[in-house]
Amino acid sequence: MKEKITREEVRHVADLARLDLNPDEEVQMTQQLNAILDYMEKLNEVDTSQVEPTTHAVERANVFREDVVGPSLQRDSALANAPQTDGVHFVVPKVI
Amino acid sequence: MAGLHELTIHETRGALLRKEASVTEVVTAYLERIEELDKSLNSYLTVLADQALEQARAYDSGTLPLQDKPLGGVPLALKDVLCTQGVRTTCGSRILENFIPPFDATAVARLKENGAILLGKTNMDEFAMGSSNENSAYGPVRNPWDMERVPGGSSGGSAAAVAADLCAGALGTDTGGSIRQPASFCGVVGMKPTYGRVSRYGLVAFASSLDQIGPITKDVRDAALLLQVVAGHDPRDSTCLEQPVGDLQARLDEPIRGMTLGIPKEYFVEGMDPEVARAMEEAFAVFRDLGARLVEISLPHTDYGVAAYYIIAPAEASSNLARYDGVKYGFRKQEARDLLTMYRESRNLGFGAEVKRRIMLGTYSLSAGYYDAYYRKASQVRTLIKQDFIQAFDNCDAIIAPVVPTPAFKIGEKTQDPLQMYLSDVLTLPASLAGIPGISVPCGHTSGGLPVGLQVLGPHFGEAVVLQLAHNFEKNTDHGNKKPSFP
Repeated sequence: MKEKITREEVRHVADLARLDLNPDEEVQMTQQLNAILDYMEKLNEVDTSQVEPTTHAVERANVFREDVVGPSLQRDSALANAPQTDGVHFVVPKVI
Repeated sequence: MAGLHELTIHETRGALLRKEASVTEVVTAYLERIEELDKSLNSYLTVLADQALEQARAYDSGTLPLQDKPLGGVPLALKDVLCTQGVRTTCGSRILENFIPPFDATAVARLKENGAILLGKTNMDEFAMGSSNENSAYGPVRNPWDMERVPGGSSGGSAAAVAADLCAGALGTDTGGSIRQPASFCGVVGMKPTYGRVSRYGLVAFASSLDQIGPITKDVRDAALLLQVVAGHDPRDSTCLEQPVGDLQARLDEPIRGMTLGIPKEYFVEGMDPEVARAMEEAFAVFRDLGARLVEISLPHTDYGVAAYYIIAPAEASSNLARYDGVKYGFRKQEARDLLTMYRESRNLGFGAEVKRRIMLGTYSLSAGYYDAYYRKASQVRTLIKQDFIQAFDNCDAIIAPVVPTPAFKIGEKTQDPLQMYLSDVLTLPASLAGIPGISVPCGHTSGGLPVGLQVLGPHFGEAVVLQLAHNFEKNTDHGNKKPSFP
């Protein structure tokens, strides 16, 4: 049976997901995703040509609130869990 | 009188108000039991002993009023996916090992406002992804009924802690069965309310269109009581319902005579354990004796639930978990040579295998060229699954069915085959996709002594009828009174 997802594609998807799989993980992931995606074929037994998709189980219209300033997190609390800060900003490795 | 740790929430309240026990005695009873038993069960990730005892003393000295708060002095446990201000919240993941939320989830804030004492945070499958609690970065939880077996998941720690009397009650979360399935495996009561009933503010997101918070308790009355406290509109969650919750305890004792209950023929799947099937037959007989009319119904798209769910939930997860990048909170791989490498290495070291698998599955199904074939298709099938239920409820007041086709399986039994693990969720996923409320209530034990749960499902906003049926069943059986005996 034709593979649904090749190892090459697994590498591409891992890149999109910002994951860094090692070669063993790539092999295992390819195998497992293929088994799972084969099972998903089942959905093609169902005729959905006239069916709207459901994104929320309980229908809701847009929810609005007044555009007023309310209390929000203080800077110190917002920075408290960061791996690295300079007290004012989040600090990350160089980008360019 | 039973030991203090054996009391339900409402019994604990009674004992406290009648001054038969002090809050300190109740809290101490639980803390001693956790100390004694939890090394082997592993149901707690954090125990708040000092904080809980301090609060208990404040109640006992009269600094805090015990009287008018429905949960005053009651020690509860929280699944470690609910943000607790100043208390580590790990989600069962390495990536959040040191995360200390600067705020309380709305559900947590409501428990506190109503007097509850937080005893600790419970173990879970990493980011609530799993059906066995084996995906926790902090080791598996064991089932109090058989230490070689899983407690179910993902709220396995909460269910095991309630079953082993390590708390008076707990909160869990249910995305595809994560409250009902562990409740069934551990012989306790677990309820998933209608999607949107309880605010998700401060609940660390897994699959936002499915996640719901709910109670895991020693009896049905406690489930009603706990749900009453946490349910209701919250402007901080735009998906939280405005429909009034109503009095969830009012109908508990109302007779069910004349009600029509649907039994979905598709829920008696191939491979169902014969002892589970027998427990179901016995449960159905109890409802008949109580005057309910039982009719066979059909939910024709049941068999597509697993496929639809395992596309939709991982897709949402892949988006929700993009936030773990080692910048604002969570684990960071130090000394990465640039930003992109830092993202990749932090995520790779921080996430476990199942979380990576779901991120990969979700990223793939949302990626260019595959969206229509997978995500859109699954969302259309979701519509059909929801319509199945809506049509079924034209002909019945509620649905009764098994929660899981088997009792608790062995630790390690399904870890090598993710698809087999997913398939064990076949009877809980449809209600999650449809957003309807459901409960698991104990309905028997296998010859090996493992608990079996009965699932009661109601229409959208039908929490009261679900609780009424479950309570009537519980009152007329004694399955919920049995306790696991530890070695």
